[in-house]
Amino acid sequence: MHYYNYSIFDFLKSKELKEIPFNIKNTPTIDQLGLIERAAKFRTRSIKKEAKIQGLKLALNMIDLTTLEGKDTVGKVRQMCYKAMNPHEGMNLPTVAAVCVYPNMVAVAKETLRDSGVKIASVATAFPSGMSNLKVKLEDTKMAIDAGADEIDMVISRGKFHQGEYNYVYDEIASIKEACGKARLKVILETGELGTADQVRKASDIAIYAGADFIKTSTGKISPAATMPVTLLMLEAIRDYYLKTGKMIGMKPAGGISDSKTALHYLVMLQETLGKEWMSNQWFRFGASRLANDIILQLLKQEKGIYQSGDYISKD
Amino acid sequence: MENRIEVLKTYKIYIGGKFPRTESGRYYKPTNSNGEVLGNICLSSRKDFRNAVVAARKAQGDWAGRSAYNIGQIIYRIAENLEGAKAQFVTLLMQEEGVSSAKAKEQVNQAIDRLIYYAGWSDKFQQIFSGVNPVSSSHFNFSMLESTGVVACLSDSDSNFLALVSAISSVIVGGNTMVIMAGENTPLTAITFAEIINNSDVPGGVINILTGKLPELEEHFATHMDVNSILYLGSDKKVIESIKNKSAENLKRVRVWDNKSILSSEFESPYSIKEFLEVKTTWHPIEQIGGASSGY
Repeated sequence: MHYYNYSIFDFLKSKELKEIPFNIKNTPTIDQLGLIERAAKFRTRSIKKEAKIQGLKLALNMIDLTTLEGKDTVGKVRQMCYKAMNPHEGMNLPTVAAVCVYPNMVAVAKETLRDSGVKIASVATAFPSGMSNLKVKLEDTKMAIDAGADEIDMVISRGKFHQGEYNYVYDEIASIKEACGKARLKVILETGELGTADQVRKASDIAIYAGADFIKTSTGKISPAATMPVTLLMLEAIRDYYLKTGKMIGMKPAGGISDSKTALHYLVMLQETLGKEWMSNQWFRFGASRLANDIILQLLKQEKGIYQSGDYISKD
Repeated sequence: MENRIEVLKTYKIYIGGKFPRTESGRYYKPTNSNGEVLGNICLSSRKDFRNAVVAARKAQGDWAGRSAYNIGQIIYRIAENLEGAKAQFVTLLMQEEGVSSAKAKEQVNQAIDRLIYYAGWSDKFQQIFSGVNPVSSSHFNFSMLESTGVVACLSDSDSNFLALVSAISSVIVGGNTMVIMAGENTPLTAITFAEIINNSDVPGGVINILTGKLPELEEHFATHMDVNSILYLGSDKKVIESIKNKSAENLKRVRVWDNKSILSSEFESPYSIKEFLEVKTTWHPIEQIGGASSGY
């Protein structure tokens, strides 16, 4: 079982690095069936007892607790921030990594979270469709940054991407990255709208080379959202980039990950694809709203030994 | 075709409208009173039970929110389909209980009648048990019945088909969903009945049926925090005491129906429905204008 301690860091030590200019033609094609089979393998790992508890706490600590709805209110966002800081009373749990909200809710989150260490991520760039011009998208980003966002989740222009205007997509990401300043930039590919694995790989490479700090699967508004095969494919894009340049990029699967078991399988996949250096919320996030509650239920089950009920933990 | 080899049926369990095998991969060989082996039957594990509770919880809101008329229609539809499969159930009962064809037929007929009986009560029991209460303040005060939620049902090893059908029909008519542990030695009719249920527009998850051994799962049924009520079809005093103790953690409602009571004709009563319903009382303020009394 040598690959459990596998680290691509070790591989890199023996390799000479050089800057490689981005060329879309260098993007490899993907063996989709192989990808699906490989991703399915991670689901066969069994994680129990102490390792399970550690894994669940790590997963909780990697969550971007998210509310991105038209009906979001100040009260709802505050409530979610309290939950982010203290997921469940009396359990000594880690906080989540960040809350993820719309730009106009950043100030509310900031005021509630204060110095708790929980970061504020804001979607921007005409989320979720991205159907606007660069000027508006820059303004949107600026609004979130000015309000105090630590991280920006932008969407790429999928229409332009399908039209083959890769330069436009690349330049747009680069411009937003510049507008982000110190804030970290997550680039949402919306893989459910890209169609094929090859397209996802292309978009991943564009985003990474254009300056993304994280690449993210989905907005959560389109189905399918995050799946294990598509996440694996993006992790491999991150690995290839790292092996060429020595630069780490983060990964954020988002949407549809709602149970603890799946979250643990994602962590297994992360460990076995990128290695332990990525196993923290600095480099990996779950975009989720319901996952936190399921993790709490499972941790309570581990603690008390009996199956738990959602009736006894807060809904949001 | 005289030499045709008969196709043997794989009996699986019923969770969330699907027929999976037990996740544990285990099986057991129940026997009837003549010592004949009934088949290889899924020996369900606590994880199957956990999955079944998740399915039952998910289905509960929608089921309780359906109109009484619709719930009645669906239960009636189960009866219709059971009528159509009568011959199959008679054969299974003869195999399972080692009884005569006449006895088996009588039991199936009674089961069908129970379904129709409770289907009929679906849009009537609420009026019988609900009412407006007189209070000495300006409030409109009324009480009505609500489902308790997820009902877990455990059966003794010899609990029969009629008891199972009686329990299902009287519990789901009130908007509850169920996770049922079939009798250890009567799994054939229980799982075949799941196929009837699955064909009768019952939403997936409203009724979930597991097969296996009661001593193995009894503890998990009784301690699960997301189970609201427990129904025990049997009379083992030790089991009853154990269920009552373990149910205390989240104050589950515990009911015990032994064979004698559930099989008797007196079981057919709206009070059986009420066993798994909770009374909700609402105080609604009434504005008093100019000394006028309320219209209620």
